Amino acid sequence: MLTKRIIPCLDIRNKRVTKGVKFQNNVELGDPVTMAAGYCADGCDELVFYDITASAERRPIDIEMVKEVARAIHIPFAVGGGISTVQDMSRVLLAGAEKISVNSLAVMNPAIIAEGARAFGRQCIVLGMDPVRAGDLVRFPSGYEVTIRGFRERTGLDALAWAKRAEELGAGEIVVNSVDADGTRRGFELALTRLISEAVRIPVVASGGAGSPAHVVEVFRDAHADAAIVAGMIHTGEYTIQAIKAAMTEAGIPVRRVW
Amino acid sequence: MITIVDYKAGNLTSVRLAFEHLGVPVRVTDEPAQVRDAERVVFPGVGAAASAMATLGSFRLVEALRAVAGRGVPFLGICLGTQIILERSEEDGGVPCIGLIRGRVRRFEFDNPRIKIPQMGWNAVRRLRPHPLFEGIPDASEFYFVHSYYPDPAEPSERLAETEYGGFSFASVLGRQNVVATQFHPEKSGRLGLRLLSNFATWNGQC
Repeated sequence: MLTKRIIPCLDIRNKRVTKGVKFQNNVELGDPVTMAAGYCADGCDELVFYDITASAERRPIDIEMVKEVARAIHIPFAVGGGISTVQDMSRVLLAGAEKISVNSLAVMNPAIIAEGARAFGRQCIVLGMDPVRAGDLVRFPSGYEVTIRGFRERTGLDALAWAKRAEELGAGEIVVNSVDADGTRRGFELALTRLISEAVRIPVVASGGAGSPAHVVEVFRDAHADAAIVAGMIHTGEYTIQAIKAAMTEAGIPVRRVW
Repeated sequence: MITIVDYKAGNLTSVRLAFEHLGVPVRVTDEPAQVRDAERVVFPGVGAAASAMATLGSFRLVEALRAVAGRGVPFLGICLGTQIILERSEEDGGVPCIGLIRGRVRRFEFDNPRIKIPQMGWNAVRRLRPHPLFEGIPDASEFYFVHSYYPDPAEPSERLAETEYGGFSFASVLGRQNVVATQFHPEKSGRLGLRLLSNFATWNGQC
């Protein structure tokens, strides 16, 4: 049986892992390569790195860091931030990443999804999306609007419609990061995750709000996520990946047992 | 020295880095002569069968791959490399393939829309027959898969291990004499994947 994946998320700012709440009040946590190796040893199934300042500083992603990570770990990892062209994608993949995550870029230029999927295979192209709850159900039938640029701009796109469009264009996976839940550590936005997971046939990764192993169990059991992103709850050392997997096993959710 | 065949189907960086990590010397090549003379071959790949076969043809690599496998040197297929060493793929309306192992490549078909395609993630690999490739790896360990098609070898004895997805079991490791092939990605499967690659690097090509 295919197991459910636990994916630590490492936000990178000036070559260091940081953690903020809703992209604010960032605290420095450590060296990305050391932290990635530690999470691998603890049994994580995949990793994601976001170069959170690359776009704002109008610079390309830190390729040297991607290469260092690829030499240190031998499980799949995705990279996002500072990618604007198919050439940028190619550099990241050739440095050893398995997947590229596009978010704001895909909203501004949806064709990049199709171009990336054609060039590298759809399994390499991850759509990241940051939906926020929206009251206007006429404009946003799903109840969620897609935001970009670190939640700062609204797009007028309905989250569910955008997810389906991205699947059609060739995205291989969708990371659904709830703006409302992000950084709160009060649990994933279950309704949003379930809505999107049930509407597309590609894997859906739940993100934003994980604060305890019980939250992770919930998003797999009740919202049909294929994978869950965790950050604050493990970065602080409060929980380990093994503790999360133990709770999942207890709840009958399949996990990778040997690593 | 391991020869990694580069036919522009996907990214070879992870495969190269995995062997470098193990201290095994590799060369990455698209030259038929180098493939033909190799002492040990890794044939990776990600993508579609038709374009892969077309590229192999244009690089004159199909005959070189048949020749090197025919010499009895240890040969490891990975993912798309595993699929196209069968005789034929159902992908793209049907594609004749290299034919090192008898059988076909078929598409996952599930009535239940909850079963996502591609299969993406870690799944258990259950052993059907012993093989030196599995040395030191606990049975039913999980490996990393990404695929929409699966290999279906004709000869039951050439199914070395199987994996269940969506209620259906497919051959996830194939083997015939000096040829072994995995549908999963050992180079991305952590410590146990590295162990499998290390086993391959020291295997004498006999079962």
